[in-house]
Amino acid sequence: MEVWRKFARTAGSYFKRHRLLIIFSLFSLVILLFILIPLFKMVFLSNKEALWQALRDTTVLESIWLTLYAALITTAIGFVLGVPLAYILARHNFPLKGVVEGLIDLPIVVPHTAAGIALLFVFGRNYLLGKWFNAIGINFVDSLAGIIIAMLFVSVPFLINSAKDGFRKVDVRLENVARTLGASPWQVFRRVTFPLARRSIFTGTLMMWARGISEFGAVIILTYFPMVTSILIYQRFESYGLTQAVPVAAILVIVCALIFIGFRYILQREKKRD
Amino acid sequence: MIELKNVQVTVADFNLQQINLSVAKGTYTVILGPTGAGKTVLLESIAGLHAVNEGEVLLDGKDVTNTVPETRGVSIVYQDYTLFPHLSVKENIVFGLKVRHVTKSKIAEELEWICGIFDVEPLLNRQPATLSGGERQRAALARALITKPEILLLDEPLSALDAESREEMHAQLQDTHRKLNITTLHVTHDFEEAMSLADNIVVLNQGKIVQVGRPADIFYRPASDFVARFTMARNIFEGKISGQVGKETIFKTAGQEIYAESEKNTAQYAVIRAEMVNLTPEQPVSLPNVFRGTVKSITDKGANILITLDCPPQFECLLPRQHFEKILLRHGQQVYLSFLPAAVHLI
Repeated sequence: MEVWRKFARTAGSYFKRHRLLIIFSLFSLVILLFILIPLFKMVFLSNKEALWQALRDTTVLESIWLTLYAALITTAIGFVLGVPLAYILARHNFPLKGVVEGLIDLPIVVPHTAAGIALLFVFGRNYLLGKWFNAIGINFVDSLAGIIIAMLFVSVPFLINSAKDGFRKVDVRLENVARTLGASPWQVFRRVTFPLARRSIFTGTLMMWARGISEFGAVIILTYFPMVTSILIYQRFESYGLTQAVPVAAILVIVCALIFIGFRYILQREKKRD
Repeated sequence: MIELKNVQVTVADFNLQQINLSVAKGTYTVILGPTGAGKTVLLESIAGLHAVNEGEVLLDGKDVTNTVPETRGVSIVYQDYTLFPHLSVKENIVFGLKVRHVTKSKIAEELEWICGIFDVEPLLNRQPATLSGGERQRAALARALITKPEILLLDEPLSALDAESREEMHAQLQDTHRKLNITTLHVTHDFEEAMSLADNIVVLNQGKIVQVGRPADIFYRPASDFVARFTMARNIFEGKISGQVGKETIFKTAGQEIYAESEKNTAQYAVIRAEMVNLTPEQPVSLPNVFRGTVKSITDKGANILITLDCPPQFECLLPRQHFEKILLRHGQQVYLSFLPAAVHLI
């Protein structure tokens, strides 16, 4: 009885001291389980035979490979075009800067099917840019190029915003010092600004790639075939039901989890080293 | 030599206005002013980091108004030394040489030379985050000077240091200037720092130069009540000249007459530095400026004691501790304060 009373007293005092942490932890647990349980159930409780079959299905493997490298090319394009924009937004003030920043966030907030339709109006065979690109042999409908522009449109804001935050965190006086030491603006960017913002840029790049991989709405409007994995899952679900869709989804989740946990680990290790 | 002719710079909502300044080669000049006066903007404008709207910036007679910072031959060291956090101390120091594509052998030679001046050799393989304030400053100075600039700009270089390190770095700055004889522009809000380091002081307020002169001029002959207040003259009385007695001018304030050694016909303020005021329990004889007052407060300032006296007007007096301990004042005690007419500066 005495032991029980002592335990109750200790627990009561612990709760009083850590009340905020305990309540927040409970809330955190709810949201973590909300994310984890469906994914866990899909991956670990799906039919093993069906999963194995899907792993040997060339359509599934090709689709996953297509998704991964299309998202990778998209990220590379986003990196080349988005990082300079992020730097300008972080370092310079200009008229309508707020409007530009709002525009960058727009692809995140509009329904992605609407984004796909908007892209079709520009890159479709009979529209402005679509015609020009068609003339040089690039077609954005039902092609890899279509997948890429759809992914680019919806995912590039993640890279731009993250890189912009990274550049903002770099003390401008470090750049000033570098300039007075004889560095040109290019050298300052390459040797000081970029290396110091690299973690945010890398995180943004990863987020962009991840967003590209998961994109469905914009891609399906522009390119049904070749099928990226999100469309393949949808197609199997529509045509054959849940049993055929789950293994494909499970494989994509496993592949993505391995890649992103790996990258997070690298980022954490680098952070600790710094 | 640095020359600024009618320079006007706008940075966000702040304006540097009509800056005219000439800094002789090899001198140590301190730009003194309160926070927000535009000291750093002025420094950065000389370095070419801000566009000049109007006027000219000349370095060694050459117009560099529209020249990029990397070719001006000017190095800047900021308050917290802003070492590149992702580079080792060695990489920081040789940064300026690397971006100029200096050969490896020359870099090694210059590194050895700068290590000899700033004693940074033991720090070379360390990361900036692991350095103490003093070590950071030495590394930052080494980095700024390895490229042998014509001009060194220091933005509040002692502000981030504790009292002991400040003294050490103070000596380091004097030593560096003596050894390299480099034209140095040092920004600070601390007038004692300015007094002890400067050949010349430039006082800046609200984007304008309000006085330029040797430390003694700024300290004892402030050009305005702002400079007097900023340099902690403490006794600044508003009034007017009421007459002349021989070589002395009578300045009337709050019903009292103050005798000043001045040939001025008009003045709005009389300034008497607190350390120029003497206190005695007995009335001193044959001195023109003697007032009887009551001790209102006694504040221990370490080496000095600040005493406030009600006369009226209210006077402040800074006594050396030794002197204070001799006369042993108490609150409410009646004492005589006196000062020489030469200690009175009329503005």
